[in-house]
Amino acid sequence: MEVTRLTKKRIAEYLLQGKRFDGRTAQEFRDITITLGASNMAEGSATVKLGKTEVIAGVKMNVGTPYPNEEESGTMSVGMELLPLSSNRYEAGPPKFDATEIGRLIDRGLRDSGMIDFKKLCIKVGEKVWMINIDIYSINDDGNLLDAAGIAAIAALRSAKMPKYDETTGRVQFGEWTDNALPLDLSVMPINVTFHKIGDKFLVDPSAIEEDSSDSRMAIGLSEYQGKVMINSIQKSESAEMSINEVEQVLDMAEEAFKNLKIKVEKALKEKK
Amino acid sequence: MSYIKRFDGRKFNEARKMTAEVGVIPNADGSAKFSFGDTIAIAAVYGPKTLHPQHMQNPQTGILRCTYDMLSFSVSERKKPGINRRSQEIGKIIEWALSPTLDLEEFPNTVVDVHVMIIQANASTRCAGINAASMALAQAGVPMKDLVSSISIGKLDKQLVVDVSKEEEDYKEGEGATDMAMSFLSNSDTLVALQLDGKIQPNTLKEAIKLGKEATKEIHALQVKALKDFMEKKQ
Repeated sequence: MEVTRLTKKRIAEYLLQGKRFDGRTAQEFRDITITLGASNMAEGSATVKLGKTEVIAGVKMNVGTPYPNEEESGTMSVGMELLPLSSNRYEAGPPKFDATEIGRLIDRGLRDSGMIDFKKLCIKVGEKVWMINIDIYSINDDGNLLDAAGIAAIAALRSAKMPKYDETTGRVQFGEWTDNALPLDLSVMPINVTFHKIGDKFLVDPSAIEEDSSDSRMAIGLSEYQGKVMINSIQKSESAEMSINEVEQVLDMAEEAFKNLKIKVEKALKEKK
Repeated sequence: MSYIKRFDGRKFNEARKMTAEVGVIPNADGSAKFSFGDTIAIAAVYGPKTLHPQHMQNPQTGILRCTYDMLSFSVSERKKPGINRRSQEIGKIIEWALSPTLDLEEFPNTVVDVHVMIIQANASTRCAGINAASMALAQAGVPMKDLVSSISIGKLDKQLVVDVSKEEEDYKEGEGATDMAMSFLSNSDTLVALQLDGKIQPNTLKEAIKLGKEATKEIHALQVKALKDFMEKKQ
């Protein structure tokens, strides 16, 4: 959506003084709340609010055939739906690039962090494996859907229970669950932090109006591996270029932002309703 | 064996526990949530706004446009995201249920978009959707003659019941299950939408409609309360 040049100029001026319209600092996230169990029909589901931004993520499991090159591994697919209900900027119809990109970025962050043990999702090598479907929906878009959607996906996965599976028929008994959680490494928490460049400054967790003013964007998926912060995915997007120096700045800030956000998410997961 | 006791122990004329809340989506001009037991619907209203493409514009009045869909994980077996034939039809049903109450002549060439999303499904999703959408339109301040209240009436074998659950929808014994989704203008004896699947004698259907009209009184009261609560909170 278009933002007026005047508004954009004002946002950039504020940032030069280290200020934002809503009183946050450039590196500060809005408050996060996580509510589990949006739908009792899902294997796991969660509603995440990041300020006024709201998303719902849900996990459904099914059984299918593995990929020929990964015969011992289960599969995962992540989909993002930008609902017309969540903002007047979205229209009904097939998913547009923005939605596809969010799904793919979250997919990559989850996959490469090693949070999910795909080998444990194998039922019969080369024939039957569990398939994880994660669908994420925007309910109210006030910016930074990507980071919110990533957190919702983790919360939904962590709350999910494996459905019952009938080995004789080879079918999933939908609507009936075991007590088993998904094979997850709970010490790994893949989190996405998206940086936006407005003028010469960078900020995290943009509101819708800040997002609309962004010249350039760098989405970074991070997690911890053997006690060290690792980058699992990066996507630099929008047309404006960044100097190598700026990229280095962002990488330094990313590690810091990840640590801060991880504490917030862990706290929210503990306080989950 | 006829249906003499409801699966969940409700009285025959008793709806599941209902909740209603207004203003759940800050971006929207109007929004609401409505639930019948485990069935949860949310609705958002955007408009009146200029209608594109231009050839669809009506210079004499604004038009209403409704969509309906379910979260992929709102049902036990994953529903592929996006509108399918069923959701397309229900979107139209919602549009037909709400149009009679709207007066959009003051807004020529515009559209009022209503989006209904089912978060969790256990039968009667379209009725929950219509109830939420009606409140959302009211919050948006779109000129309305009346609120619309919607309920499903079932006939299980020969027994009429209010607010059909999924378990009841799948009832197979005797004459089986007949499902009637009906919507009324709340303050008059006016039916704005009716759908029926099953088998029922005309006289029994007349009874069912009376039962439905009676049952929507409670829904209407809840809708009004939710709207008032929202207005008070806003002040």
